[in-house]
Amino acid sequence: MSDILVRIDGKEVEASQGMTVLEAAQSAGISIPTLCHHEKLEPFGGCRLCIVEVQVGDWMKRVVSCVYPVEKNLIVRTRSEMIDKIRKMILELQLAHAPDSPELLDLAQEYGADKDRFDKEASFCIHCGLCVRYCDEVKKKNAVGFVDRGIRKEISFIPEIAAKECWNCKECFPLCPTEALQAAFVLTKSLTSPPLSHEPSSEE
Amino acid sequence: MDNDRVDQIIDKYQGEASSLIQILLGIQTENHWLPKEALERVSEKLQVPLARIQHIATFYKAFSLVPKGRHEIHICVGTACHVRGATRVLDTVRDLTGIKPGETDLDLKFSLETVNCLGCCALGPVMEVDGKTHGKIAPGKTADVLKNFE
Ligand code: SF4
Ligand code: FES
Repeated sequence: MSDILVRIDGKEVEASQGMTVLEAAQSAGISIPTLCHHEKLEPFGGCRLCIVEVQVGDWMKRVVSCVYPVEKNLIVRTRSEMIDKIRKMILELQLAHAPDSPELLDLAQEYGADKDRFDKEASFCIHCGLCVRYCDEVKKKNAVGFVDRGIRKEISFIPEIAAKECWNCKECFPLCPTEALQAAFVLTKSLTSPPLSHEPSSEE
Repeated sequence: MDNDRVDQIIDKYQGEASSLIQILLGIQTENHWLPKEALERVSEKLQVPLARIQHIATFYKAFSLVPKGRHEIHICVGTACHVRGATRVLDTVRDLTGIKPGETDLDLKFSLETVNCLGCCALGPVMEVDGKTHGKIAPGKTADVLKNFE
């Protein structure tokens, strides 16, 4: 497939068909903030933090770069007053859920987001889906999944699978931008340990 | 609900993973709720991870992961029904059944839910029992409807 030329923040970038704007930017060393993106996983488009402005001809729109495919003559702006404002708002909303997340706090500083802007609703999880998707797509264990929806959506381990698989893996822990994942796992562990206290580390 | 019956429902859809929601609906309709064993069976037969089934089963309100009564009462509290006195209908039904919306009585006879529109506002206030619509229902008439259920 022939290369596609796009312009990101004034820089000519060569991309190939099927690449996302985020990938093209990253290949040129241009950084776009992300929370739900992981190179090993399918694009998800959940956190919306990677929002950018794209322009084809006279037509400008805002898209999330981690799912938006490159196209010919695309002009991308990764920062603008509006984009920064949107990112600030997203961060402030997420910080209401996970006020102590170091990753969010770093970003908040960059975008001038006030972590106390909204009333705290400490659910800790920001629904980035990294843990759920990693366990599914990479590890193929599906030990953890989402339950419920909307404001009640949360992650939940399947105790039987977690008891068998998670002790030795825990690869999702460092992916989590908040502490929610670990907390959920500790909870599951405490619930499953009475009957399954023989840690089946040798079984696998 | 035993595994054989679950298997029959699965077979009706040729064990296709793409029919997952239909299969869950089939179990829900017959059994009034989705027991964990049934979900495990579905997961195993369709080769769909339990985590995904759990997500779907908790996502849609049509599914229940806790036992439901044999008869489901839906009372519309949408705007049209509300102004026509749905609150009084609801209060009466709560008194009659002894349960609040979202609950099921101990005999597993009734489950009560409120809904926001049943699509027949002209008939308001509306109470639906097991899918049958009772329109323009007066609070005092609800007992007559409910006494027909075992
Ligand atoms: S627990 Fe962490 S990794 Fe998992 S979805 Fe929530 S924020 Fe993302
Ligand atoms: S990184 Fe693009 S939406 Fe989260």
